Amino acid sequence: MGILHWLQRWLMAPRKAGKETESYGRRFLSQSSYLSLGSLSFIILVSTWCLVTYGGLVQPYFLSSPTQVYEAAHNLLVMQNYAGDIAASVIRIVVGFLASAVLAIPLGILIGRSQIFEAIFAPITSFVRYLPVPALLPFCILWLGIGEVQKISIVFVGVFFQLVLMIADISRNIPPELLEIAYTLGTTPRMAIIRVVLPYSAPLIFDGLRITLGWAWGWVMLAELVGASQGIGYMILKSQRYLLNANMIVGLLTVGLLGLATDLLFAGLNRALFRWRQT
Amino acid sequence: MSPSGERIEVLRKISLKVPKGQFVTVLGPSGCGKTTLLKLVAGLVVPSFGRILVDQIALTRPSCKLGYVPQAYSLFPWLTVSGNIEYGLRQLGTLARERQNRVDQMLSLVGLVEFRSYYPRSLSGGMQQRVAIARALAPNPDILLMDEPFAALAIEQRQAMQVALQSIWMKTGKTIIFVTHDLSEAIYLSDTVYVMSDRPGSLIGAREIPLPRPREIAAREGPEFFGVYKELVSLTSSSEGFK
Repeated sequence: MGILHWLQRWLMAPRKAGKETESYGRRFLSQSSYLSLGSLSFIILVSTWCLVTYGGLVQPYFLSSPTQVYEAAHNLLVMQNYAGDIAASVIRIVVGFLASAVLAIPLGILIGRSQIFEAIFAPITSFVRYLPVPALLPFCILWLGIGEVQKISIVFVGVFFQLVLMIADISRNIPPELLEIAYTLGTTPRMAIIRVVLPYSAPLIFDGLRITLGWAWGWVMLAELVGASQGIGYMILKSQRYLLNANMIVGLLTVGLLGLATDLLFAGLNRALFRWRQT
Repeated sequence: MSPSGERIEVLRKISLKVPKGQFVTVLGPSGCGKTTLLKLVAGLVVPSFGRILVDQIALTRPSCKLGYVPQAYSLFPWLTVSGNIEYGLRQLGTLARERQNRVDQMLSLVGLVEFRSYYPRSLSGGMQQRVAIARALAPNPDILLMDEPFAALAIEQRQAMQVALQSIWMKTGKTIIFVTHDLSEAIYLSDTVYVMSDRPGSLIGAREIPLPRPREIAAREGPEFFGVYKELVSLTSSSEGFK
């Protein structure tokens, strides 16, 4: 219970406390009211769930009850090596995401700052960005089989093209006065990319990473629905075939919580690493 | 030198000679091209016609020998006050100890010694501009270019900064080219005032300010000051668009 409370407080962290004046068209809500409303909607959701399942209003294979979900989670972790599945999914996402980030950051910055790079790379990247990843999945399987590389490549394709263009946008919008000052202090335009563009954009790029990591979870799940032998998505699929609804919910909750955790981690890191930003 | 950018003639037939060590102001209405003029001298803008000579040598690009202080919000937000000030020194490859000394010097020159570890976001506008001046002065430039540096400040801050700038100039002896649209500020600070017309900006007048140094704020109420002021007001109001 203490964890939930702390979690709630951290989620509330960016909100400024104690603003007295109300503006027209925007009603101010105090911190406690905000928390109450949030908790209320959560409670209503859980209550409905309990009512519907314990009350026998739906079949168990359609929606399991909270106790069933708890038992299923216990079973999965202790007897079915669920931890292995989680690890498999996490590894795929980490490798795919890191590969994307390592390539997208330098390329994005170059596209943003150099007309030449932009002319060469931007049109192609923009076009590929519109290709739906599910439509690219069969190609990946054809070219790369159904092993780990293929799964990682799905994450990569889903993240890379969006990230490059995001970063290019960020780099393009550096205030020109900052660059001018740097020039007058002896920095060449090339050096300025490292000495001005990079430090200024860092928190924004970091935020872009946080957002795209959120999408990456979706792509891992997609990849695991087709030809996997391990992983959270695989577990969900397998459970669906055996009508093990509780297991499916465990899978969903796992991904949801992991995604939330990484999101909060990135947000927290962003605040800690870049204290110079406006709060 | 008369440059024009993108089929718009911004400046016309400007020819200026600034002697070393002088405090010179370029005065003109908003939009007359005085910022462009300053950027030309800084090497940030390439002239379409004409050229800039510094010590008889043609200028091709910006350098730290031509310090530049823009209107506002030009500090590097990810660096502390001392980080900002030593930026030009790092660029020059100055060693850490020397950099430290120079930063200390600059901080006491602009009166911000206690703020060396602060980030720009925690500083007031006046303080930020003082850091900007210190940053431009740190690599010991020959010339300091200032583009309406006090325009974004409140009146009390502005006056305090003018006094501070005069004292800095008298201590360091740099050549300063100062741009403003505030006539009183121009007369208070400079040895010579050049007046520009509205766009396309051209020089319509120049006036030496023979008032004795150091000039006090109180002198702004005095008869000599007022005399020069009246002269320049008639000159500037003859050109359109002047405040």
